[in-house]
Formats: sequence, C-alpha cells, structure tokens
Amino acid sequence: MSIDFLPDKPIYQQLIDRISGDIIRGVVKPGEKLPSVREYAVEVGVNANTMQRVYKELELMGISETKRGQGTFVTENETRLDELRIQMKENLIASFIHNAEALGFTKEEMVLSLQQHNGGEQHD
Amino acid sequence: MIKLQKVSKNFGNYKVLTEINLSIPRGKIVGLAGENGSGKTTLLKLVAGLLEPSSGSIELDGVRVSRKSAVNISYLPDADLFYPNFTIDQLFRFYQSQFEDFNYSKASMVAKFLNISLTDKLKDLSKGNRGRAKMAVTLGRETSYYLMDEPFSGFDPMVRDDIIKGLIQFTDPETQTIFLSTHEIREVEPLLDEIVVLREGRIIAHEEVENIRDQFGIDATTWMMSLFREGEENGTTTNR
Repeated sequence: MSIDFLPDKPIYQQLIDRISGDIIRGVVKPGEKLPSVREYAVEVGVNANTMQRVYKELELMGISETKRGQGTFVTENETRLDELRIQMKENLIASFIHNAEALGFTKEEMVLSLQQHNGGEQHD
Repeated sequence: MIKLQKVSKNFGNYKVLTEINLSIPRGKIVGLAGENGSGKTTLLKLVAGLLEPSSGSIELDGVRVSRKSAVNISYLPDADLFYPNFTIDQLFRFYQSQFEDFNYSKASMVAKFLNISLTDKLKDLSKGNRGRAKMAVTLGRETSYYLMDEPFSGFDPMVRDDIIKGLIQFTDPETQTIFLSTHEIREVEPLLDEIVVLREGRIIAHEEVENIRDQFGIDATTWMMSLFREGEENGTTTNR
C-alpha cells in the first residue's frame, strides 16, 4: 500500500527516516538485504528517481552498503547503527522540546509529566 | 528531450495556449497541473503531434513534431476511444498492428500486474478496469516518450494506487520520459519529478517537486493553491 507523506518535508527525507526507523526498531536487521530501488519504489508508490536518491543518501550516511551485482544491504557496523539510534532520539527530543516551548511549557513541567506518564498507551 | 518554444494555439478567436516555453528532459516524470479548461489536453495533443500549433515550435529530440511523431510517442487519451466489442487481447493485437514498438508480452505482463483478464471485453469492464487496460496498452509500447492525459482521474484510491504502481514498475527512469496531466496533484505528487502549472493557457510555474518541499516547506498542492491565489490578487490589481 502506498504511504502518506507529511507535507512539510521532502519525500526522500521521509523515506530515509522510514528506513532508518525500520532498522532501529529491528524490523530490518543489520546485514539484511534491502529491496531493489524499483521494488521499494513500487511498494511505497514513489518515483524511482526519488528512491534512487534515498538509497544513495543511505549509503553516504554509512547506513547501507551496495555490493556489486548483489544489491543493497543494511550495514553490519554496530557502532554506526548505535549512532543512528542516538541521532534519531536526539531528533525526537529536539522536535518535542520545540513543540513544548511553542506552547509555553517549561522543561521541568515536561520532565515531571513524562515521569508520571504511563508509556504511550493513551494513543492506542 | 521535449522542447516547446513560444507555442500558441488558437481555436478560431479563442486562445487556448499562449507563448508556451517548456523543456522536459529525458528520464523524468513530469506532471501537468491546472484547472479544467486551462489547456492541459491541448498542450499534450500538440506535443504528441495530434494538433498543430498556431505559432511557435515543438521539438522531440531536436526533430520538429508532426503527425509522424506518433511512432515515437505512446499516448494515453482521456476519452475511451477503443472499440467496445474488443477483448483486451484484441486491443493488444490491434496496437501491435499499428505500432512497431508494441511488445505484446510486456503489455500482458502489465495486464497481469494490474489484475485484468485478457479475455474480457472492454464494454464489460468497470471504469477502473478500463483505466487499467488503457495503462497496460500504453505501457505495452516500448518507446522513449509516454504522454498521458489524466491517467488517474475519476478512479477510486485503490485503482489509482494500482495504476501508479504499474507505471513505476514498467517504466525505466533512466531512459523514458513521462509527461502526464492531472488535476489530483495530492495523490500523484510522490510519483512526479517535476510539476508544470498551467493557468488560462499560460505556464505560471515549473518546479521540481522535492524543491517545493525543501524551499517552501509545503507540499505541491498547497504551493499550487498559493500560486493561484497570488495570480488572482495580481489579476485584480492589473485589471483595475
């Protein structure tokens, strides 16, 4: 099924986030083969040129590796994947703080509420 | 590359297109957007060589477009022009008799991918399946240029999704160029490299889709709406 994209961010960026998220969550394992550019493009319903760019960026970021004639694989470099995990956490915190500040909540107030909060089940 | 220089088209006294300058590089999927009556179909027909410009020049890889250009262009019409008594198989055979570049097995693969049966008659197909059949027969031609007039309009989301996926699966982004009109930008934005906006017969914008998001932080639909709003405001001031 095609996916819905947020309107305020380039599509290739959102796909990089999506694949990174899949790796962090363990849906895709280190060393696992990623679908071909065409397969992934068809799956999510995006232009193959965009998908090509996503794969290129992932490789530049050291998250994936292309083996000649075999395809693209998630890196087995655990250090890089740990960094990715920390970086995604930082991004999440940054956007959380940005939103909290925009509404006038203080850091202390937010920390207290986070500690009292029971996980994420209120969403589901 | 498709290149239009100062192309205008009139039907009698009615100006449909005015001074169109446009370049579409090879290997891109370019969307042509605009309201009903903005000249989208006329522009596509001019590029396909189905209509002649009143003035200006249209070139395909450096060769002036004419009626003969049809051999290099696979055109998907908006209207249902096919013989209703044909089966999909007969439709494919008919295309094979008309176009040297028609690849029957590729068309059959697209048909299979889109879940339509070759033995069904066109007149018995649902609207969605007619749309699928049109896409299959258009992609069955192995050529560098595909021009599609509203290939996704009027279908429910499932059908549209299928047809979009068929298009991605069976075209080569390195060598093939697709120029398609649509008034549903929101749904097809992820498919497009670039978007051309027509308004009252003039091109008011031509941008890379990812650029719009990167530069303005908005999607193509919002961007287009703001262009139209600006145009209206400017229009009122100049008219007064």
